[in-house]
Amino acid sequence: MTALNFGDDMAITDPSGPATGPLTTADGKPLVKALARSQARLRRKAFFLVLPLLAFVLITFVVPIGQMLQRSFYNDGFSANMPLTSAWFAQTERGTVPDDAAWQALALDLQASAEARNIGTVGTRVNYDMPGTRSLFTSTGRKVRRGIDPPYQQTLLEIDDEWADPQLWSTMREASKPYTANFYLASVDRTRDAEGNIEQVDERQRVYVMLFWRTFWLSGLITALTFVLGFPIAHLLATLPMRKSNLLMILVLLPFWTSLLVRTTSWMVLLQQQGVINDLLVWIGIIPDGQRWQMIYNQTGTIIAMTHILLPFMILPLYSVMRTINPSYVRAARSLGATSWTAFRRIYFPQTLPGLGAGAMLVFILAVGYYITPALVGGSSGQLISNMIAQHMTGTLNWSIAAALAALLLGAVLALYWLYDRLVGVDNLKLG
Amino acid sequence: MKTTLIMSTALAGIAFGAAAQEVNVVSWGGAYETSQVEAYNKPFTEETGIKVTMIAADNPATPLRAQVEARNVSGDVFDVEVSDAIRLCDEGALVEIDPAMLPAAPDGTPAIDDFVEGALLDCAVANIVWGTVISYNTTKFEDNPPTSAVDFFDTETFPGKRGLPKNPKRTLYLALIADGVAAADVYDVLDTDEGVQRAFDKLDTIKNDVVWWEAGAQPVQLLADGEVSMTTAYNGRIFDAMVGENQPFEVIWDGQYMDLDMFVIPVDAPNPEEAMEYLKFATDTQRLADQAQYISYGPARKSSAELVGMYKDGTTEMAPHMPTAPANLESAVLDNPEFWADHSAQLTERFNSWLANS
Repeated sequence: MTALNFGDDMAITDPSGPATGPLTTADGKPLVKALARSQARLRRKAFFLVLPLLAFVLITFVVPIGQMLQRSFYNDGFSANMPLTSAWFAQTERGTVPDDAAWQALALDLQASAEARNIGTVGTRVNYDMPGTRSLFTSTGRKVRRGIDPPYQQTLLEIDDEWADPQLWSTMREASKPYTANFYLASVDRTRDAEGNIEQVDERQRVYVMLFWRTFWLSGLITALTFVLGFPIAHLLATLPMRKSNLLMILVLLPFWTSLLVRTTSWMVLLQQQGVINDLLVWIGIIPDGQRWQMIYNQTGTIIAMTHILLPFMILPLYSVMRTINPSYVRAARSLGATSWTAFRRIYFPQTLPGLGAGAMLVFILAVGYYITPALVGGSSGQLISNMIAQHMTGTLNWSIAAALAALLLGAVLALYWLYDRLVGVDNLKLG
Repeated sequence: MKTTLIMSTALAGIAFGAAAQEVNVVSWGGAYETSQVEAYNKPFTEETGIKVTMIAADNPATPLRAQVEARNVSGDVFDVEVSDAIRLCDEGALVEIDPAMLPAAPDGTPAIDDFVEGALLDCAVANIVWGTVISYNTTKFEDNPPTSAVDFFDTETFPGKRGLPKNPKRTLYLALIADGVAAADVYDVLDTDEGVQRAFDKLDTIKNDVVWWEAGAQPVQLLADGEVSMTTAYNGRIFDAMVGENQPFEVIWDGQYMDLDMFVIPVDAPNPEEAMEYLKFATDTQRLADQAQYISYGPARKSSAELVGMYKDGTTEMAPHMPTAPANLESAVLDNPEFWADHSAQLTERFNSWLANS
């Protein structure tokens, strides 16, 4: 730090002669500028060295994630394919009863869109906000594909009288703007009514808010469990003689290197009702055969399997910090009269905090985004928000709401990170 | 030196480009993929010299949509469900397929009359008919085996856990059938709020006894492990375990859910001509009948039915194991892709909410 601290202080006088101005190099340039130039060259070199990495991160990480997140507030499924109707919505105010111009715009748009084979995209977009309308668009599209004649309103209503529904027009108005907050509203179980006011969705449809809470609560619980289980192991690893601790280290690392799926499936073998543990309990007579414990395909299964899988992420940073703790501090405390508990609580434990912070952070953030393990062993009560994101990505193919849910999750994690930084300080993290 | 390298690379590229007649087929993996490799791919390569590369996906519609959106299509032929075929076609992601191009049946019946109802869409051609069926482990019910969808919901008389897929499409219909709705009326009932509520109320009665599955291989494993005593599963997978691996399973055809699998070609497919060749070849009468030797999925052509013979073991008659066998069709629910295109999002949300609030 201090070595680089040149700058204005460079204007010290030359000790060999009278004060004639700033220091210069041999060829007469001011030293400050020459130094800055050579420093800049070094920085440029260093920058070129990291350029491949930077480009890699940008192309494989920042751009795709940015594009994905953009979908959470940008969806031009309606506006791009229904230009005339969108223009009519832009010119009129909310609540305007559709006039002849509106019906004409709608009819012509539907016909053009059906001909270009993107009416499905339009219907899908409207269907997100108003379920049950997708087939209205596609079936009307099929009928008007070859052409549509005035009077447009009458023709459309003859095809399906649902076209007169004010709720539909209100929803189309919402969808006519490519930028929308509706996907974020849906991610917190909110929707808009016909007047555009925000309201909670039907009680039977609410799911996301509850899943967010469950995700954070379970992640916190799993973090606490890995701490309780991992702390003594890390301590053993750090204090045992090298030969024994190496063996123990292998026991920690072997599962860490084993495929996640293998470990999850092993838990299924162990925990299921006809599995090893239940068989054993029945065999030694603790439980009767008819009342085998349900330890998997529910929240318990998620907690057990995820705690095991994430355990090394707690042990390794703790271990690396504990290795550096000088044992003479604890000995000094004991010799000054502290009980072993006090010496642990006041001398040893505070020194492990950087490792604990790093471990807790790693485990918590990984747990918040976990999805394979809960999907396999979580049943219905052990599902997390990431399972819902995966379902929208691969099942319902509603990538906009998947992006909105993911953005909320990312935001929540960043907020927790910020909170951690304020409370503990990120500088205190020690990853290894 | 450098020039030589560039030249040789370019030449190799040209040589490779000329020789590499190939087609990439994206399908569902597992026993189903094996049947397609044996019945379609091997004879196709033999006849035309075009190399077929099989790619497995959980649901090929997902990579298809991702590839079309990213404008970087690498698959030529995709095997997708009907509702996805309709949706992707409406979204302009698929090439239109004229049924007149498809080969006629051996007796000269044009393809358009030879395929079963709903098997030919604007952008898709069906290759198989498959069913979701109830299956049980015979060792659990030796004296009094279950026989119907009603028994599936009766955990008092037929104890043990139940396996169900974690989606509304293949659970709600079963609840309604078990509640006394006729197979033909299922979608009329589901179209009303009361009907949906009725289905959820029925599901509520066994909610605590259900183990939910997602991938097609899971229910077979659950049943084999004894983790569930009864489950719904894809009929081909159950057949594979029952006949191929001698598992003590039995199938209940009451309340089967019948579905088609479709071949589609995305716009901008890298090898569109080869893709069309493959599609025509794989959906002809003989090929569709051949695939039924390897897995008990019904051919989508009527003319293939009489050509379906024995399982590859040479002793098992395939006909009674087909979802299309007349006896198995009595209370079959046909997939309604239009309904699901409309209501999938809404019912999935309600289903997830129902599941999570347990």
